[in-house]
Amino acid sequence: MNLASALGWCVSAFVLAATAGLLASWLDRKITARLQWRVGPPWYQNFADLAKLAGKEVLVPEQSNRLTFLAAPVLSVTGMTACAGMLLLAAGRRLGFEGDIVLFVYLLALPPLAVALGGSSSANILASLGVSREVKLLLSYELPFLCAVIAACVKAGPTTSLARILLFQEMSRPLLFSLSGLLGFLICVVVLTAKLGYVPFDVAEAEGEIASGALIEYSGILLGLFKLGKAMLLAVGPAFIVVLFWGGFGSTLGGAIAGFLKCLVVVVLVVLIKNTNPRLRIDQALRLFWGIATVAGLASILLACAGW
Amino acid sequence: MGLREKALKKSLWVYHVGASPCNNCDIEILDCLTPRYDIERFGMVLVGSPRHADVLLVTGIVNRKCVLRVKTVYEQTPKPCVVVAVGSCPCSGVLFRDSYNMAGPLDRIIPVDIYIPGCPPKPEAIIAGIASLLEKMR
Repeated sequence: MNLASALGWCVSAFVLAATAGLLASWLDRKITARLQWRVGPPWYQNFADLAKLAGKEVLVPEQSNRLTFLAAPVLSVTGMTACAGMLLLAAGRRLGFEGDIVLFVYLLALPPLAVALGGSSSANILASLGVSREVKLLLSYELPFLCAVIAACVKAGPTTSLARILLFQEMSRPLLFSLSGLLGFLICVVVLTAKLGYVPFDVAEAEGEIASGALIEYSGILLGLFKLGKAMLLAVGPAFIVVLFWGGFGSTLGGAIAGFLKCLVVVVLVVLIKNTNPRLRIDQALRLFWGIATVAGLASILLACAGW
Repeated sequence: MGLREKALKKSLWVYHVGASPCNNCDIEILDCLTPRYDIERFGMVLVGSPRHADVLLVTGIVNRKCVLRVKTVYEQTPKPCVVVAVGSCPCSGVLFRDSYNMAGPLDRIIPVDIYIPGCPPKPEAIIAGIASLLEKMR
């Protein structure tokens, strides 16, 4: 692949993930509103939010580390674009390399890391509290997440290539319909809720107590980029789970629509978790992820090794 | 009207500044978010930090203790932003106007774009106020 086509691929991955993500975020807000017997915002709400933030003044705190403060939001969006590109290549053209799933898991950790970087560079006490919680949460949910991913890799091969996992599922059946895959899928949905910072796991952003946490000093387009990164995660995350456990996107039009519907199901699951659970304290979240979730993750690896 | 104004009008993020209120107006503001009124229909949400805000909703008479805070919050808000005085206190000071602790009304401290009087104003009045604010922004 030469440079021009790679660039084109990146741009299309960005546009696709951003559009899908903003629409998915609208779906989240709309479903939340309907569950609370409200009407909810119109479909273009998140686009309007982004356009408005782009037109606002950007304030950089005097005592902040300027470079880190400005670079962190870009890092978040860049990581998500790379993730979207890899998923597109794997699901669309079955392209990839052995080990790309490891790279993908690292890239998926970029948005929370970017929030931590930006928050800690902004010289605000509430932001530093938010960052501390964000990093603790990151450390806690990565462990069961890795277990679930490893289980999928073992079951489908063993292989560490997204494309190979997809091929395996095409040959036999989606991993979701095996015991280890089902466990891994459930773990991944819960972890995705935490990655997005959604309600049971929103200690890092807790608006009532630490005033938006790590993002407290961000304004204008920088805040918009963080919001965009998170919105893209709401598209990329479900797509990754669908690729890993649910057979991904078919090559025909019908297959693509089926894949899209599967992603919708995952998004709705995440939104339902968000709307039916109270906020966990950080120690409770740690106990959940390092306790029962990790045990379930290890169980799914063992089941996968045993061929279940 | 450019894209910038259009987007701003469709997505007003509100930061609630409590400048020594009696909590009555604050409860009415929260009422606007409930299923009966649901101002998220118009893209309005409450945010936790003035850096994210487009609208400052100020309640209370603004006493001597919080003058500086109100000014700081106004300076911390990225422009363009609008200031809304909710309730009779920030509009005029009403029965507190001769108090030793009175530093307001609000428009003596920061520029105010719209006044919503009432003790407290009903959620309908607040929404009507915001609607006339949107008119004014055009």
